[in-house]
Amino acid sequence: MMSDNAILYSALAILGLPLLSYVLTFFFGKKLPRKGDWIGVGLMGLAELLAIRIFISFWKLGDPTHRVEGSFTWIDLGGFKVDAGVLVDGTTAIMLMVVCTVSFLVHLYSVGYMHGDRRYERFFAFLGFFTFSMLGIVLSNNLFFLYVFWELVGLASYLLIGFFFHKHSAANANKKAFLTNRVGDFGFWLGILVFFTATGTLNYFELFAHVHAGTIKGSLLAWAGVGLFMGCVGKSAQMPLHIWLPDAMEGPTPVSALIHAATMVAAGVYMVARLAPLFGPEAGMVILYVGAITAFIAATIALVKTDIKRVLAFSTLSQLGYMVMALGAGDSVNSMFHLTTHAMFKALLFLGAGSVIHAVHSQEMPDMGGLRKKMPITFVTFVVATLAISGVPFFAGFYSKDGILGSTLAFGMIEGHYLPFILGITAAAVTPFYMFRIVFMTFFGKPRDQEKFDHAHESGWSMTVPLMILGALSICAAGWQTADVGWFSRFMVKYDVPAIAAEFHMEGPAAAEHLDTSHTDDGHGTPADTHAAQADSHAPAGDAHAATADDGHGDAHHDVHHTAHVRAMAMSIGAAFLGILASWWVYHRRKVNTAAIQARLSGVHTVLQGQYFFDEFYAATIYRATLWWAAMCAAFDKYVVDGIVNGTGYLTRMMSWVAGQIDRWVVDGAVNGVAAVLQGAGEGFRRLQTGRVQTYLVYASASVLLLVLVYRVL
Amino acid sequence: MNVGLPHFLTVSAALFSLGLFAVMSRRNAVGILMGVELMLNAASINFVAFSRYVQHGIDGQIMSAFIIVLAAAEAAVALAIVLAMFRNFGTVNADTVQSLKQ
Amino acid sequence: MGEHILSWMTFFPVIGAAVIAFIPSERKEVIKTVAAAAAAVPLILAVKLFMEFDRATTSFQFVEHYTWIKSFNIEYFMGIDGLSVPMVLLTALLSFLCVIASWNIAKAEKGYFALFLILEAGMMGVFCALDFFLFYVFWEVMLLPMYFLIGIWGGPRREYAAIKFFLYTLAGSVLMLLAMIAFYLNTTDPVTGGHTFNMLHMFDQANHNSWLQLTNIRHLLWLGLFIGFAIKVPIFPFHTWLPDAHVEAPTAVSVILAGVLLKMGTYGILRISYPMLPDAAVWFAPALAILGAINILYGAYCAMAQTDMKKLVAYSSVSHMGYVLLGMAAFTEAGINGAVLQMFNHGTITAMMFLCVGVIYDRAHHREINGFGGLGLQMPIYTSVFSFALFAALGLPGLSGFVGEAMIFMGVFPVYRTVAIVSALGLIIGAAYVLWMLQRVFLGPKNDKYDDLPDISTRELVTLVPIGILVLLFGVYPMPVLNLMKASLNNLIKVVAG
Repeated sequence: MMSDNAILYSALAILGLPLLSYVLTFFFGKKLPRKGDWIGVGLMGLAELLAIRIFISFWKLGDPTHRVEGSFTWIDLGGFKVDAGVLVDGTTAIMLMVVCTVSFLVHLYSVGYMHGDRRYERFFAFLGFFTFSMLGIVLSNNLFFLYVFWELVGLASYLLIGFFFHKHSAANANKKAFLTNRVGDFGFWLGILVFFTATGTLNYFELFAHVHAGTIKGSLLAWAGVGLFMGCVGKSAQMPLHIWLPDAMEGPTPVSALIHAATMVAAGVYMVARLAPLFGPEAGMVILYVGAITAFIAATIALVKTDIKRVLAFSTLSQLGYMVMALGAGDSVNSMFHLTTHAMFKALLFLGAGSVIHAVHSQEMPDMGGLRKKMPITFVTFVVATLAISGVPFFAGFYSKDGILGSTLAFGMIEGHYLPFILGITAAAVTPFYMFRIVFMTFFGKPRDQEKFDHAHESGWSMTVPLMILGALSICAAGWQTADVGWFSRFMVKYDVPAIAAEFHMEGPAAAEHLDTSHTDDGHGTPADTHAAQADSHAPAGDAHAATADDGHGDAHHDVHHTAHVRAMAMSIGAAFLGILASWWVYHRRKVNTAAIQARLSGVHTVLQGQYFFDEFYAATIYRATLWWAAMCAAFDKYVVDGIVNGTGYLTRMMSWVAGQIDRWVVDGAVNGVAAVLQGAGEGFRRLQTGRVQTYLVYASASVLLLVLVYRVL
Repeated sequence: MNVGLPHFLTVSAALFSLGLFAVMSRRNAVGILMGVELMLNAASINFVAFSRYVQHGIDGQIMSAFIIVLAAAEAAVALAIVLAMFRNFGTVNADTVQSLKQ
Repeated sequence: MGEHILSWMTFFPVIGAAVIAFIPSERKEVIKTVAAAAAAVPLILAVKLFMEFDRATTSFQFVEHYTWIKSFNIEYFMGIDGLSVPMVLLTALLSFLCVIASWNIAKAEKGYFALFLILEAGMMGVFCALDFFLFYVFWEVMLLPMYFLIGIWGGPRREYAAIKFFLYTLAGSVLMLLAMIAFYLNTTDPVTGGHTFNMLHMFDQANHNSWLQLTNIRHLLWLGLFIGFAIKVPIFPFHTWLPDAHVEAPTAVSVILAGVLLKMGTYGILRISYPMLPDAAVWFAPALAILGAINILYGAYCAMAQTDMKKLVAYSSVSHMGYVLLGMAAFTEAGINGAVLQMFNHGTITAMMFLCVGVIYDRAHHREINGFGGLGLQMPIYTSVFSFALFAALGLPGLSGFVGEAMIFMGVFPVYRTVAIVSALGLIIGAAYVLWMLQRVFLGPKNDKYDDLPDISTRELVTLVPIGILVLLFGVYPMPVLNLMKASLNNLIKVVAG
């Protein structure tokens, strides 16, 4: 057992270690021996040990409501305050464990995978930066810093997707990832603003208290919830913002494993699960459908892709869709449970795929085949992960996926929304089909490309050890319980999304009465509600949400859940085996001519191969409209605004020209006219002035004669 | 025929007109100078004539003595100028010597 | 120097300029050294100012108060409060770094550095003056060197740009002058009973005569002052001098233009318009918020369509100053503190961007975005530095650009919700144009044309790294700046909005 302070400082150390790794490798990596990869691996190993310590201490404690919070005032303007703080509770402990484990293993794996790359040290620096940011998301105790780290993982993702930025495809993919995420973050930020404006706080538990007390409710709560969920849609790549994730496979494979499969894309799910009390029933419904549709469309697209990483990317989308669907159905615990198991087996799948790619230098499955004998460790671990994702009993994925389907069915039975479950179970049948397609096309059969096959060899220990560890975790991460969520109940308790509560409020008289009571008591009636009043104190006995939910829903609810879970489990086992069998039949026994089917369903194939044409749709609408509008604005600026400015200038010049002309011809004309007249006269008189005395004499004589004539004659 | 004042005056006027004409029309500086001498002499004749026919004492004769002196002085100065002019410009033509005019 | 610290900061550069005037123009290194020294002194004094500034009081500090022109009651009245102190620090810092950044000016160095120092004096004076007339004098003093700096040392269309800048600003100044005279004639000094240019007397509504209390007059005066300041900010539709001036000006002058000059507009509104005409300010606030939103989006969209790097950065300034306007319009603690913080941060970030553009322009001799590509492999350090600046500009948390923007949104959202939502679209578009440019310039396959471009030099790093450190520092922990300003700004809100 650790004291609360020890937990807090360990958590801060976990946050700080990857940052230290980033700083050291970024600035000094080039000069260090082995380019400093040992710093990254070593510090992450240390962080992993601390995470295990925290995990064990919460395991022993077994109290899902225990939480440790520490914060300081980051911005203080007197009235306006923003806190920065750390929150460690069961959910955090699990996420710390997940992130640190996968990150540590990926660091280790990268030592082998990235060996010889010219920006080797940069890669480790960026991995460190990513891990730091991701842990920031996990540890933050308020929405502001959640958003801060949310953006920082976006940057890390940008840097790592674009690690091979000399390729145009990578340069396009990282920009697309960042911008798509920004669209989601736009909604996320607005959601945060709504909550901040309505309640004046951003601390999670203070917000829960406000929502519980009804400070924020109705359509405002619904919109705020949708806003927050937009962040999840962007980061967890849900339809319709899922388009960035397949392209993100341009990054190195360890990055795909760490960021785009196990941790960052799960951040959206973590966020919604962590903030479950903030999502009203309307938001819940949006979440449910978005998740279900994503799970379905991604699974169907994965059927036709031949690039091994792309298939895995779509399978990630599909699994994230499951998690989000579960969140919408009000089952954040199973969602987090699936997040945990998925992190293990999907990281394993990617790292296994990376091992294969490393060996054959191709990502196209048609180039592979028969690798089973050449790469036994990779093969075995890959199959284990495939079984886990397929939902075969006794593998980790089975428990969590089953829990999700059960909750969705239960929600469907209560609410009458069966479509999500149908989409979910269909995806559950499709998943094993395409996953085993990978296994059969890659590891079985005859080598399709003999040259590549001959080159292939098992990867070194730094790559196989992480595979084996993750393989073990893919089997045992769920812990073989048949009951609900197994060991997870020691860390998290179920919080029912108000969607269900509200419905019960109307349908079940007994439940309604109970809820009414608690409402008239202003939420202070039950001891469990104390957290609402004192968010900072460690609620001693049970979380209020859990308590209300249990009280409120009663036995009828429990029965529905039980029935739903039994039925869902049966159906999901059936779906899994059906999918595996079909895949075996088609891709191993080759009893079906896939080309013929493809030809017959060419329309469907085109749509699936084109990924439902989301990209084309956006390219034709949003991108074009934005660029067009930008060009319009620039043209408006250049021709209209500046035109007016220059026009004013031109007019002024015109007027001054006119004034100048007047000045020149009229005013100056008068002045010059006088001069001209005088000059003309002078010109005339000048002719008289010859300078010859004789001429003057003539004038004088003539004048005298004239005078004589005048006086004498006239 | 009795010679009286009108005859003197007529001669004088003719002489003056000749002189004036010479001054106005000659281009040669010496010719102009000679015209001036003629006019001066015409004036002297007038003075002498009036001194003889009008009762005014000998004022007229004194005047003509002055004029003769003046004419001599004038001729001396003017001939010196003409000489200088000839030296500088190589001509005694009054028209071509006009460097002040330009 | 302790006594008259503000005067020293303002006039030491003038002394430097005078000394430069007596140095023979062939001795270029001496001229540059003297200029650097003359700009360094205000920076050192700024550090002293930062240490000694009393963060708790709302009154003016380091005050210097003397009679200047007695017959018109014009005073030499200098002093700073929380609003001006970040601007003074920014001016001192950027001026010094810009002198260093101008080291490779190769044309009439003597005139350049002398004018640059006079420019610094003008800017410093604007931020320190507390007498309206003195303010106006400094405001105009700064115009002239700027005109010559653009017009002589600028790019190919420098004369057009310089004249456009000069006339635009002068047109604004005229309106300001009229408003100033109207204030002068209708405000009485409570002590002497005569007219006064003293801003503190003008702030006190009791000193206004009955004509000055007419609502229509006040709105008219507000508008006159506003247009004068709006041209400087610049607020749409008075912004078109900015892209031209920025593009044509030499690098260091662009930095000063964007880093300091633009702030004079918003500073003027906060320093003069708000406290002198609080009721008009409140009446006008919704329009200000909408203008802010227009600036944000319009600037961002225009930036997206540019193919000249400097023009893109110039339009990004239009967009970022929009956030300042938005924050100012809200009259909330977060909004107005965020706005002034954004002023400071935009100064540092945009300075970095212009310096970075200057670096590549010095090497490649063009700024055409589409003409580059793949520089990331050729110039890795430069790429890191420029990316750092660009990410700060798109508001990445952890860097200072984010803090101001976030505070502005948190302050504005409760007051003008729709405007805030529309403005938030700027977050997306801002990221789009920045990343698009980043991609076109630095990413992609290596361009053989630029094989011999050297990476960033030490001198250039010396100008960039200090700003970069500030950007990071105030992004991680903004309180050192906010502490300077919060007392005065919170008081301003109280004065204006009650």
